Amino acid sequence: MKSFLQFIGNVTLFGIRVIANLWRRPFELGETWSQLGEMGVRSLPLVSSSGLALGVVMTLHTRSTLVAFGATALIPRVQSLSFFVEIGPLVAALLVAGRVGAGIGAVIANLRVTEQIDAIEVLSVDSFKFLVVPRVVACVIALPLLTVFMDACGLVGGFLSESAVSHLPLQLFIERAFKGVEWSNFVAPTLKTAVFGFIIGTVSSYYGYTMNEGTQGVGKAATNSVVTCSLLVILADVILVKIIFLLFPGSAI
Amino acid sequence: MTESIPAAVVLDGVSKSFGSKQVLSEVSFSVPRGEAVCVLGRSGTGKSVTLRLMIGLIKPDAGDIFISGNHISRLEGKELSQARCKIGFLFQSAALFDSYTLHDNLALPLRRLTSKSNSEIEEIVNRALKQVGLAGDKHKLPGALSGGMRKRAGLARALVLEPDVLLVDEPSSGLDRITASEIDDLLLEQKALRQTTMVIVTHDVHGARRVGDRFAVLDKGRLIALGKPQELEDHESETVRKLVMEN
Repeated sequence: MKSFLQFIGNVTLFGIRVIANLWRRPFELGETWSQLGEMGVRSLPLVSSSGLALGVVMTLHTRSTLVAFGATALIPRVQSLSFFVEIGPLVAALLVAGRVGAGIGAVIANLRVTEQIDAIEVLSVDSFKFLVVPRVVACVIALPLLTVFMDACGLVGGFLSESAVSHLPLQLFIERAFKGVEWSNFVAPTLKTAVFGFIIGTVSSYYGYTMNEGTQGVGKAATNSVVTCSLLVILADVILVKIIFLLFPGSAI
Repeated sequence: MTESIPAAVVLDGVSKSFGSKQVLSEVSFSVPRGEAVCVLGRSGTGKSVTLRLMIGLIKPDAGDIFISGNHISRLEGKELSQARCKIGFLFQSAALFDSYTLHDNLALPLRRLTSKSNSEIEEIVNRALKQVGLAGDKHKLPGALSGGMRKRAGLARALVLEPDVLLVDEPSSGLDRITASEIDDLLLEQKALRQTTMVIVTHDVHGARRVGDRFAVLDKGRLIALGKPQELEDHESETVRKLVMEN
């Protein structure tokens, strides 16, 4: 219990250090841009294909249930709402936690093992600002964008599955998908992934940056990053959903 | 206070322990400007820790360290960063940034710490890489280089800001005799050209005898001998005699 509380305290201080360093020069725009490419663009195939597959599966499941009630016309709406509100943000965050979280943990831990972090410090460059801050910022920016892609691919998958069965035209699918969907159903859940991005970037950087167990620690940092990030994302989701319901009562379905 | 210290490197009663293990105990020596001191000793006697203390990567438990007049052991943050600009450090593994090309490895400190234009940086980097025989490899990533090439690139990066003091950790480690000798040649060239003060941690007595003006011998965290190689050959301690004699 003591070590758990110690970990929470250390990660919180690490996160505060990230926020404090955000406003200090130099702003490391080049590094942030490069990390955005690494985390955002390279995660696109994984997020898009997962969204497409989930979209297909979701439609298959909802169709079999809704057919019993003669409510197949609701399939597009169920599809869009479930992707916008929960599936898109949460699954995108978990996928990024797996791919990017492990990558950040392992890369920074490897830099520590191979003395590259010491070399950065020796060259009078602030290693925290140079390595950690751009990665966290990139995660915060990339995750909402990836969520939008996830949502879009989910709808495409849903349409492909539905049109294959019922020959539903695209225009009608879109019309039904967005009927009754409020902006608050889309914007707030998408923006909450920025918080997930902050958690993923901060926690995985923490594991990599503070690792001091040699080469064995590199694998450990990667594993711990994925496990902790995934868990914290799910826990944060519970809290953020409650906050969204408080701020936007209309978004409660 | 700092003006009164003529030597480029001063260690005064430096002690360091990790947990219950005492790694360095009251180590004191100084290195005048332009001199090269080789630190010799068996493995685990605190040689690399001494270098890390000198660059401020770790802090001593007791004692003072001055490099180029800066009280390194007391400096923090921005002041420490500024002091480090006058110190070059060659890591045992070279520690090149593996996601950067050789060119970018050398350009990074120039971009961050100087106000030089891109064309000036280009010229300095090209000259530095040419000096270490890597002019044709500037677009390669460190992973594509041999151990000797990485070491030479690390040396070029350590010297790119023209430091007053160069700290070198095991320059010959993992290299064959000929390649190690090439690194020694580069160190000698630097010393002759710029009178750079050097502290070199090494196990290679042959190289140390070529580059070093004096030897500092550490044993169990204590400085047990300091002097010219010839003087130490007749030292009363068998450990010192064994460490400074070739073969």
